[in-house]
Amino acid sequence: MTLLSVKNLRAYYRTEVYGISRTVQAVDGVSFDLLPNEIYGVAGESSCGKTTLIKVISGNTKPPLKVLEGSVNYNFNDYKVDMLHISQDELRQNVRWKEISYVMQGSMSVLNPVRKVIETFRDIVDTHERITDKKKFLEQTRAHVNRLGLPTDVLNAYPHQLSGGMRQRVAIALATVFQPALIIADEPTTALDVVVQRGVLQMIREIQTTSGNTVLLVTHDMAVHANVADRVMIMYAGRIAEEAPTETIFDAPLHPYTQHLIHSLPMIGEKSTKASLKGAPPNLADPPGGCRFHPRCPYVMDVCRTKVPDLISVKERHRVACHLVEEGAL
Amino acid sequence: MSTNGKLLDVQHVTVEFHIGGLVGGTLLTAVNDASFSLESDKPEIFTLAGESGSGKTTLSRLLLRDLEPTKGKVLFEGRDLSTIRKRSEFTEFIKKVQPVFQNPFETFNPLRRVEAYLLDTAINFGMASNRRDAAEVVDNALRNVGLSLDEVRQRYPHELSGGQIQRVSVARALISKPRLILADEPVSMVDASLRMEIVNLFQKLRDEQQVSVIYITHDLATAYYISDRIAIMLRGYIVESGPVEDVLDRPAHPYTQLLKESVPEPTPKQRESWAKHIALGATEVKEYGRIGCKFAGRCPQVMDICRKADPPDVQVGRQTVKCYLYSGHGENAAAGSQS
Repeated sequence: MTLLSVKNLRAYYRTEVYGISRTVQAVDGVSFDLLPNEIYGVAGESSCGKTTLIKVISGNTKPPLKVLEGSVNYNFNDYKVDMLHISQDELRQNVRWKEISYVMQGSMSVLNPVRKVIETFRDIVDTHERITDKKKFLEQTRAHVNRLGLPTDVLNAYPHQLSGGMRQRVAIALATVFQPALIIADEPTTALDVVVQRGVLQMIREIQTTSGNTVLLVTHDMAVHANVADRVMIMYAGRIAEEAPTETIFDAPLHPYTQHLIHSLPMIGEKSTKASLKGAPPNLADPPGGCRFHPRCPYVMDVCRTKVPDLISVKERHRVACHLVEEGAL
Repeated sequence: MSTNGKLLDVQHVTVEFHIGGLVGGTLLTAVNDASFSLESDKPEIFTLAGESGSGKTTLSRLLLRDLEPTKGKVLFEGRDLSTIRKRSEFTEFIKKVQPVFQNPFETFNPLRRVEAYLLDTAINFGMASNRRDAAEVVDNALRNVGLSLDEVRQRYPHELSGGQIQRVSVARALISKPRLILADEPVSMVDASLRMEIVNLFQKLRDEQQVSVIYITHDLATAYYISDRIAIMLRGYIVESGPVEDVLDRPAHPYTQLLKESVPEPTPKQRESWAKHIALGATEVKEYGRIGCKFAGRCPQVMDICRKADPPDVQVGRQTVKCYLYSGHGENAAAGSQS
């Protein structure tokens, strides 16, 4: 059984200003499945389409973003949702926050600065499930916060009284009040210090282990994926370059881009020279033809310039989009 | 000019900020009794590392004379920065100490072409008297970072990639032929596949141009990769400093040990030990006001004395460590030296 099945998704930004139209091919033919009970990592550089992908699968497709092709289907314990055709009312009442919740990068902007944390909890619970018994709500919220290992005092604090790491953990507690089947975490620790980052990621992993739900973890930091994710998808310029279990991605990457990404990571205790790739990530308003990585690829062949490589399964749960792999050279 | 062989000499500087109302309020000590120096004849990359709020940016503002210390002195080439009063003296100073900032897209005005900035800088610093000479000076600076004037001519900042524009801002800093570059988080906004090119560039500048670099960062992995020496800051104090291999391979201070342990390794092999539980502070301000060692509240080896007075600086091998464990107060002083 799959929790989410995304098939051949194409989502472009279309703008028209003074008669000049511009199309940004942010997500271009992406297919993947999310399974129940896993942490699925999405990695890639800025403007590779990570955030657009999240927008579409969480039902936040608004102009100029437009879905041209493909399907996004959820299966929450036999409650089936077609995310591209669901009505806004149903999305708000039954899906958002109850089945899919979202943890964002800047936790400080999620919490209302002039209200105590408990009030924010009340707002969210009240919107989705009317609060009839105030005492019961308080008890349940305290129990929930305690279960996540946070002190109950945080509920009576204002956001500015809490440290950055605590605010981010409160944001995660908010996202898990209804025990959603899927938590989307978009760069949850990017603005945090390493020690705090470790605490926050530990909490995400613990929640996932105890409740058995699915976490979609989006971050550009490969070291975080190495320590948290079960499977990792590498995106490059709006397409999937490679997808595999974490160990395989780090020990035996096949796509030249993944290989470069893994081998260029600096590590404490190692001083060998690391190189950068030549060139820069492509502009998605005018992407190169064929394989979008070809202008930077050290192993480029003629076929790469003209033909888009298919995402093929090389092993169980290991998919790569590269002509070298297709031809058996790697 | 007498330099005593020191390019930069920071002597026991303290910076206090007053926060709160007109009367009352509290004093926040952003930098506390910090000392370090860079040699004049041996260019090196010196890293200031620490979490947000540890005082590393305040310290860098001191070095640019953007801020005056409450106590202590900063000497550059033997001259106390607080004696610089005239504008012309400041210009001479800032030509030798140049900053590179975190976000290259904010460094440049989006409405001006980047070369206009570079040419203006060359003329304002007196490196050239007319536009034609300036073009040559700028071209030379750009060649040092692997670009050329022809590549950036007529381009606006958004037309360059993150890696290119950050290289341009390093080139801008190089125009006045500085002896010291202060780079505050220069790679944190740059994409992963381009990050190493900026980091390698600083090494090249040290080796080929004899420019010293103060690299300010929270990223210990790149710090280990490029720097010669490192100073770890915590809440205004330099808690540990020394050669980068010593400090990060065998951290002595319990805080450095925690910091190093918390850096996620880019390999799935240490997942289990990384997932071990750690204590986090709930509120932010408490640690600043604490008497004694600022780390006492989170330290696994805390002793009574740690909460009473500031720990002394102790020499452990080639490292300087601010911790009572090494000053003869700890029962098992040597036990803490391995992580």
